[in-house]
Amino acid sequence: MSDLNKLGLAEARDALRKGETTSVELTDACLTAIDAADALNAFVHKTPEIAMERAKAADARIKEGDAPSMCGLPIGIKDLFCTKGVPSQAASKILEGFKPEYESTVSQQLADAGAVMLGKLNMDEFAMGSSNETSVYGNAVSPWRRGNDDAQLTPGGSSGGSASAVAADLCLAATGTDTGGSIRQPAAFVGITGIKPTYGRCSRWGIVAFASSLDQAGPMTKNVRDAAIMLETMCGHDPKDSTSAELAVPDFEAMLTGDIKGKKIGIPKEYRMDGMPAEIEKLWSDGADMLKTAGAEIVDISLPHTKYALPAYYVIAPAEASSNLARYDGVRYGRRATLAQGDGITEMYEKTRAEGFGHEVQRRVMIGTYVLSAGFYDAYYNRARRVRTLIKKDFEDVFAAGVDAILTPATPSAAFGLGEMTEADPVQMYLNDVFTVTVNLAGLPGISVPAGLDKQGLPLGLQLIGRPWEEGDLLNTAYALETAAGFVAKPAKWW
Amino acid sequence: MSIDQSTAAKVAKLARIKVEDDALPALASEFNTILGFIEQLNEVDVEGVEPMVSVTPMRLKRRQDQVTDGSQQDKVLTNAPDAREGFFAVPKVVE
Repeated sequence: MSDLNKLGLAEARDALRKGETTSVELTDACLTAIDAADALNAFVHKTPEIAMERAKAADARIKEGDAPSMCGLPIGIKDLFCTKGVPSQAASKILEGFKPEYESTVSQQLADAGAVMLGKLNMDEFAMGSSNETSVYGNAVSPWRRGNDDAQLTPGGSSGGSASAVAADLCLAATGTDTGGSIRQPAAFVGITGIKPTYGRCSRWGIVAFASSLDQAGPMTKNVRDAAIMLETMCGHDPKDSTSAELAVPDFEAMLTGDIKGKKIGIPKEYRMDGMPAEIEKLWSDGADMLKTAGAEIVDISLPHTKYALPAYYVIAPAEASSNLARYDGVRYGRRATLAQGDGITEMYEKTRAEGFGHEVQRRVMIGTYVLSAGFYDAYYNRARRVRTLIKKDFEDVFAAGVDAILTPATPSAAFGLGEMTEADPVQMYLNDVFTVTVNLAGLPGISVPAGLDKQGLPLGLQLIGRPWEEGDLLNTAYALETAAGFVAKPAKWW
Repeated sequence: MSIDQSTAAKVAKLARIKVEDDALPALASEFNTILGFIEQLNEVDVEGVEPMVSVTPMRLKRRQDQVTDGSQQDKVLTNAPDAREGFFAVPKVVE
């Protein structure tokens, strides 16, 4: 077989089971592709020895007939996941040199199922960003370009390296994490599938914490079937995460029937933003038509507090980040600043954090500190948490009215150029997450499915939002949408 | 609400991040942009609404209060920037 790195998870799994290829061959094809793609800056720590060792072990398992669905499949792991003995820096200078003595639950579950780790993937520092421009490793670059224009485009963020690597066929799939849209926005920007499951589905243990009440891991894959396969392996109860749900994980792949007859799909009027590009508006209504043709009932719904989701998020997420990132003090792990004669422990903290954290991370830690400080806690933090209750109630109300899933655009625009947002104020960058952030605040599952190209030839995605714990049903609706949209475009290779 | 330079300096101090004096005006201005955006929340009527504690209704589980881990001093210290004689080492804290 040729171009093994271009396979998806399901195709490769089936080929392995039929003996048409081996995990060593698949892994070798990916490692070769990775080495030829340094221009994308997607893989920032390569682990070819670990990959080959695991590939050989997987081949032995397959031979013995003990092959779970992820067995032998080469994937990339976002740098936010702690991986034993392998640098895990959250793309931050402050974790320079950190090699965990432990493995995150999610990456351990993938390894136990036989998945092959190819290396660690670029991202925004501590997952704070929407363009992968805040990384200590430098920008990850999208494999997509605007026609013949050679300007570098963002693969989105924060899981930008994951998005770039999957879209460029450097790996079969990758892990991502999503706090405000960090799986779904990059997936939409590069024309792949990304799902953020219900809060509590995937263990957060061993994943560097950003905003603990919002963070969830999820897969970024080449299609919906692959997302179902990989998500199932990543999910499950973990006693080491107190918010991990003690619920059985269904066979998501078996739920992909494509039959959505009678399903009620809501179209929220508040997601029709002023100044939304006509192409996105059209993509959205085309998506609704496709689901209708497939037998779903399309209903107009209202989520009245949508407008307040981003401002609430930019109180809650920085508040939690300021608390979570207090642990980076130059004492237990990572980097410590060089101190001057006579510097005490306070100077050590202040200098270490000033030189270890990038600009965006410092800004969010300080905003979080401010909204939690005495005198402002009620006005900002508690008010934001009250608004969050209302945002969740908006969704509960429409689900109670019988809506099965909600269809929205995934992003307000196609991918922009790296550096194009540098001059804009931080709030302009935050607006990237306007359609995705509500889902994190309400703890719901959300999936981004590639649905078309804009006039520049760049991918655009649609988002489906599901009921809590009903990822299987959501994946099936996404599968029907994927089938109808028939998105097959791939970036032309320039790297 | 507007943040002046001295408030910005106070926040930086609370967050234990060293900010040079000449960087304070720009920092204060960025804070004001972000807080201006956040101010929209004041339009929402939150009377009688409970602040969200947990997005999924769940009770925190209890576990047996027993030792399940430990005796890995070497591993704990592996990543320390400065470890001596089995301890994390820091600049002098007490005179």
